[in-house]
Amino acid sequence: MFGYGGKILRVNLTNRKIESEDLDPQLAKEWLGGRGFVAKVLYDELSRGVDPLDPGNKLVIATGPLSGTFWPSAAKIVFGTKSPLTKGYADSNLGGFLMAELKYAGYDLIILEGASKEPLYLFIDDDVAELRDASRYWGKGALDSERELKDEIGESFQFATIGPAGEHLVRYANINHDFGRQAGRCGMGAVMGSKGLKAIAVHGTGGIPLYDSDGLIQITQAALRHITSQPYFKRFRLYGTTDITDWCQGMGVLPTRNFTYGDYDKEDKLAPEPMREKILVRDKACFACPLNCGNYTHSKKYGTYIDGPEYETIGMLGSNCLLEDIEDVQYLNYLCDNYGMDTIGFGGTIAFTMECLEKGILKKEELEGIDLRFGNLEAIKAILKKTAGQKGIGKLLAEGSKSMAEKLGKNSDAFAIHVKGLEFSAYECRGAPAMLLSFMTSDIGAQHTRSWAIVQDMDMGRDNIQGRATLVKELQTLRPLMEMFGVCRFPWLEVKLDFGEYVRAFNAVTGFGYGKEELFRISEKVWNLTRAFWAREVGDFGRKYDLPPGRVYEPVPSGPAKGMHLTEEKVNQMLDEYYELRGWNENGIPTEAKLRELGLEEVAEDLKKLGKA
Amino acid sequence: MKALVLHHEKCTGCSLCELICGLAHFKENNPKKSAIHINRKFPEPGVFEIRVCNQCGRCEEACPSEAISRKDEVYIIDPEKCTFCGICIEKCPSHVLFTHKGLSYPIKCDLCGECVQVCTPEAISWSD
Repeated sequence: MFGYGGKILRVNLTNRKIESEDLDPQLAKEWLGGRGFVAKVLYDELSRGVDPLDPGNKLVIATGPLSGTFWPSAAKIVFGTKSPLTKGYADSNLGGFLMAELKYAGYDLIILEGASKEPLYLFIDDDVAELRDASRYWGKGALDSERELKDEIGESFQFATIGPAGEHLVRYANINHDFGRQAGRCGMGAVMGSKGLKAIAVHGTGGIPLYDSDGLIQITQAALRHITSQPYFKRFRLYGTTDITDWCQGMGVLPTRNFTYGDYDKEDKLAPEPMREKILVRDKACFACPLNCGNYTHSKKYGTYIDGPEYETIGMLGSNCLLEDIEDVQYLNYLCDNYGMDTIGFGGTIAFTMECLEKGILKKEELEGIDLRFGNLEAIKAILKKTAGQKGIGKLLAEGSKSMAEKLGKNSDAFAIHVKGLEFSAYECRGAPAMLLSFMTSDIGAQHTRSWAIVQDMDMGRDNIQGRATLVKELQTLRPLMEMFGVCRFPWLEVKLDFGEYVRAFNAVTGFGYGKEELFRISEKVWNLTRAFWAREVGDFGRKYDLPPGRVYEPVPSGPAKGMHLTEEKVNQMLDEYYELRGWNENGIPTEAKLRELGLEEVAEDLKKLGKA
Repeated sequence: MKALVLHHEKCTGCSLCELICGLAHFKENNPKKSAIHINRKFPEPGVFEIRVCNQCGRCEEACPSEAISRKDEVYIIDPEKCTFCGICIEKCPSHVLFTHKGLSYPIKCDLCGECVQVCTPEAISWSD
């Protein structure tokens, strides 16, 4: 099959049985790959109501047809599971080189099932696939393990590793690859840890068959010319995602002090220039990427090397926790990476905990004497260590902010900044209604990448909600296709590579001959399937799961967004409009008619049986 | 004389050079079948090293089968004559003759310049 590795690797950790299955061409045609494969496999194969950390849950790893090809930034691989953080549908992707290596070994999908009592790692070298003892790596850092595995197995292998946070089932533990690329969100690392799987090692030597290889070369070379001729290309290459930091500060959307403010008086210490001046080692790219957004850095103060910090980490660990030095953020980023923990999830959880301490909802004694004030790096470090190891008070933080607020009560849910249990990415949204609606309706919780609408918000008028539902639905339809193709969004988003070129590349690789409308229909189908997954798995799922925390109704106290806020009426109006555009009922559940229209007849039957559709 | 100049410090490790090399010479989307490779040293010290033939000619001297010959400034391996004895690989002072398990001769740069075209950080350039 053109564009695909052609095989699925099914690995049962309980009985250590590994099977290679052929990829069903129909699966490829109907679900494309990446996120599409993940959604389909999870919906079809998981038993309803399975506990996310039970051996019955699965961790699905999927490449897309463009992953590993010559197309610019063809560098995405998607991890998916039922999330131990949100208890709903989850996927999370990473860049680097893993996706290409897996395709060269001939695999489009890995399905991990069951659980092992002994630590193992999965070894894949072309046709050879086996589970090996990983006891000497268990307990070691995610970055440290990657280095040691490379030393043991070979530099030419690519790895996915978890750290102690994943082993200890921290609900926002992540999966690391290439020394600092992560499948960061929703606790992929915890599910991998629950299966006793420390790492995956992959090496492949085969090529990817292309339907029209001359065509792909031509389209790609034209795309590279377009990319390098764009005015923003040079700057984005230098600063990557951190370039947005100053803009967020200027607009008053930089999360500060647990999303109380939208600007930070020490922002200039965290902004992109000090990072490049103080700690940059080199520019670093993912596979086939001309944009090299990665800033590989070294802190002399701490002796730490990492890929980053990215903007999200600067926002969540920097301004949101009131740190004042980019080197401190780099260090904390390193600690999170090596523990194997999402910087966004931890950043949101720790800032929430700080506010709880400030408001007296948590006492210093309950924090075991740790003086967890905003800006106290040493205290954050101490709590981080306890959290990664699920020790003492760390057990509470390891559950994430939604669960914490439920346990602590006293209206703390108003400032637990999450949707569906997933902490907000680094955008303060009271003056950015489309971004807020994106967080509210994202199918994994409050993650920014499904629909990054914050720039459009500024043009559309920050105090009204007109057109937001339409915009968000459009973005949520186009954007996730990138993770079905297996590519990064940045050439499209940052240097305006037309989506039509992606469609041409997709067809040159696969020969499917799909048009935009056909692809959008598949994307909408995936979106409805993940929504149905939530409805199936979460008993009282509906509109209330789409609502934001109470903080969005408090006016921003100062700064460029001073006075801006949402009202419950506006929030519900946006949801009404959004549900209607989606063909969902007033509680946000896909209607039977919509599901049938998309060819999801069995899903419609399932929801009907549950009394939902 | 036409030659490739390597600026290792500008390399971002993206592999586009390896990809186009495999596509141009073998019509395969397979960067493992490439005459140019990037060495990666991470996490410490965090450097890339571009490895490609500099056309020194030592392989021609070493080849017992006369499978390597000079054409203008480039040394080329004739797959028909090559016995895959491995002597050129051993004698190459820069270790830039590569092998792939699907091929019965070493892969060597022929200075086609496709990699220069796709190297957006300009880490590979022409000498003149």
